[in-house]
Amino acid sequence: MSVSEEIEHLSRRSFLRIAGIGSAALCLGLYVSEKAGAKVVNESEASLADAGIALAAWIIIHTSGKVTLICHRAEMGQGVYHSIAQIIAEELEVDLYGVDIQLTQGDEKKYGSQLTGGSSTIRGSYKNLLKLSATAREVLIMAAAARWGVDPSGCYAASGHVIQKSSGKKLHYGELVADAAKLTPPKEVKLKTRADYKVIGKGSLRRDSPLKTNGQAVFGIDKRIPGLQFATVERNPRLRGKVRSFDASAALKVPGVTRVFKVVMGVWDTDREGVAVVATSTWAAMQGRKVLKVEWDDSGFEHVSSPEIFRRQQELLQNSEGLSLSTQGDPTGIIARAKDKLDVVYETPYQSHSCMEPVNCIAHYQADKVEIWGPVQAPNWIQDYVSKKLGMDREKVIVNMTFLGGGFGRKAMPDYPYEAVMVSKEIGAPVQVVWTREDDATQGPYRPGISYRCEGAVENGGIAALKFRMAGQNNDHWMRGDSGKANRSTSEGFLKPYYESIKHISFADVPFKTPIPTSFWRSVYASTNGFAYESFLDELAHQAQKDPMDLRRQYLKDERSQLLIDKMEEVSGWKNRKKNEGYGVAITECFASTVGHIVKVSKNGDKGIRIDKVWVVVDCGWYVNPDIITAQVEGSVVMALGAATIHEITFKNGMVEQRNFYDYKMPRITDIPPIEVHIMENDENAGGMGEPGLPAFAPALTNAIFDLTGKRIRKLPFDLANVH
Amino acid sequence: MINLNVNHKKYRIDADPDMPLLWVIRDIIGLTGTKYGCGVAQCGACVIHLNGEAVRSCVTKLSRGAGQEIITIEGLSANNNHPAQVAWNEESVPQCGYCHSGQIMSAAVLLREKPNPTDQDIDDAMAGNICRCGTYLRIRKAIHLAAELQKKEGGTT
Repeated sequence: MSVSEEIEHLSRRSFLRIAGIGSAALCLGLYVSEKAGAKVVNESEASLADAGIALAAWIIIHTSGKVTLICHRAEMGQGVYHSIAQIIAEELEVDLYGVDIQLTQGDEKKYGSQLTGGSSTIRGSYKNLLKLSATAREVLIMAAAARWGVDPSGCYAASGHVIQKSSGKKLHYGELVADAAKLTPPKEVKLKTRADYKVIGKGSLRRDSPLKTNGQAVFGIDKRIPGLQFATVERNPRLRGKVRSFDASAALKVPGVTRVFKVVMGVWDTDREGVAVVATSTWAAMQGRKVLKVEWDDSGFEHVSSPEIFRRQQELLQNSEGLSLSTQGDPTGIIARAKDKLDVVYETPYQSHSCMEPVNCIAHYQADKVEIWGPVQAPNWIQDYVSKKLGMDREKVIVNMTFLGGGFGRKAMPDYPYEAVMVSKEIGAPVQVVWTREDDATQGPYRPGISYRCEGAVENGGIAALKFRMAGQNNDHWMRGDSGKANRSTSEGFLKPYYESIKHISFADVPFKTPIPTSFWRSVYASTNGFAYESFLDELAHQAQKDPMDLRRQYLKDERSQLLIDKMEEVSGWKNRKKNEGYGVAITECFASTVGHIVKVSKNGDKGIRIDKVWVVVDCGWYVNPDIITAQVEGSVVMALGAATIHEITFKNGMVEQRNFYDYKMPRITDIPPIEVHIMENDENAGGMGEPGLPAFAPALTNAIFDLTGKRIRKLPFDLANVH
Repeated sequence: MINLNVNHKKYRIDADPDMPLLWVIRDIIGLTGTKYGCGVAQCGACVIHLNGEAVRSCVTKLSRGAGQEIITIEGLSANNNHPAQVAWNEESVPQCGYCHSGQIMSAAVLLREKPNPTDQDIDDAMAGNICRCGTYLRIRKAIHLAAELQKKEGGTT
């Protein structure tokens, strides 16, 4: 199920409910049912429980007056720990800085999908959370009014209290818990408009920030439980190979090392083999691993190398039409007959996520259950996967979410939690398996390297036809098997309004496979599609002798796109720029947000190209926190800069060639241009913001370089210092 | 047994003298604010203060720390109120937050050595610290703000 389908699904089957838990606290949340239908609302508490329906309590009000809010998604830097609380605090009328915020466990019955990906948290839950919080506030007001024997309309809520307007009498929420639990919540509540907001729409100090400046935030790697042992695993460097034999004698002599054994890590339907070294400290396990001797069996699969991968992709693109994803009009015929046309290939590399917190997980396998603690983006997938592999009930796989030191898609995979479970099962004790930075770099999964063939025809100063084909590994094949259908993400990143105005257009996926494990990487296919498609539009603009911004304006006719382009021109001074001064533009759409970048470059003496400035204009509809959005965009630019100009993962004879930050280099403080972010103001449905700021940067940069130098860059990464 | 002085507390450590301070601090003493990022002095997530100098604890042996004064992020200030910590919060620097223990420990030494750092000073001092979330622009702003705060406080930390 795609993320957008899951969002719809959640809103269809969610019902607002209140439940008192004893007399100690009032829990307010949504009942999430597997069955759609409004009937559920009228069923009793007990029958709901019988039907396996649980209350997803986002708000817990204690009799003491303390309020606890739940963050049901992964906090990996994108700010939902704060922004979910910000949404609730607004309508509930509590002090954002006075509430407790808790991370939670994986529980799909309660929360719906907790897959924190596809920039889906806010856009998928804000409407429900606003309504839930406003309803909770109204019920508390009703309880207070009843207590005072007055009409609720004469009372209001503020800072965790209900206040009677005329008398000034007030009660804190905790004092109303017992009464409120007995009330039936109103079916309809009035939500605030943006003009009324006191908390939403403001950039405010992130609630997780203080925890992250004094060492108190508990990331997965920091979690400690009684009896915890530490392990690291030597995995086959060829990713698909097996363990033929190993010699543990030297490893077992290292002080602290307690056990050495073979472990199989499942990655969806693929098993990967390694040898685990368990010890009393992470370092002892690493030392033991250094002297471990393993013989690998690397038979039965291809040992690929990077040049061969891309050569093969590009050969396929010349010889195959591929599987059609969508076709409108007759682009093939138009292009065949056109006089003025382009046919070019773009190439984007494999990339590692390289989260600062290396992959790690704690597992405690016990007779009747498995408990997991870790930095995970998809607790429900872990429950599914581990329970299926172990033949255990899903509810017996308990997944506790910690803070994540970065996720970027990598930590949505259930491979490393499963591996930790296997190690715990073998030693009969809780264990934390830590991947080294080298494991992270050499084991993947990776963003797939992709080649694109872009064909287009221009006439009369415009685009007559576009034909896009992509050849690259399909992430879905790892998760769900090969469906035989086109990769549905082949057009991700491309703006929908283009389909209205460009009559002849097609997208196709030329299936391509290697043994390399791949996965989502921040903004997923848009991160590479955007480079190919938005660079190619720039090529067509020049071919048609059009200003690249004007060409976009001509084909993005909808009002939101026009306003976005107005803003981009205004903030960057686009119209006042001089010819070939080094300006480039690109606009992409993904996860329901549209983001336009303008990059300005200049010559940096004999050191190639310098990026002078980046302007970014975001249209994400309704939004919660402009400062977090700005931070996400700034971070996206830095991540895109790294992937476009600094690092790539390459393969040689079936093995990854990079190992650590010395050869998979990261952007540093010295590499960062000024970035200016603007957010469009409207109340359209909220779009995602964790990822959409990324894809348009690389094409805006290379389009700017073309403007300055006439050199068209069609292959990433490239070295800014070597562009002249 | 090796005597360690961490955040003004004394510890007697029974471990291999070659064990990096990073793992002693995290796995033996149990202070997990100091992070493992690369293990080879490339990323700066593990920066601590050894006698006031910023060192990478992932490549600093336990034996080198013996009897020296070690400060970790947990001991940088009494109440999360070192000017760098205050400024980091004020400028909403952290995203995932994993690298910021090391970033702040590096910045604290810079602020002591150069109370009025230029952008170039900041680049020189902070280029060893990687942030994958890309918070660099805010780090620069926060260090300038911390310098201001430090001045107001009369240089106390």
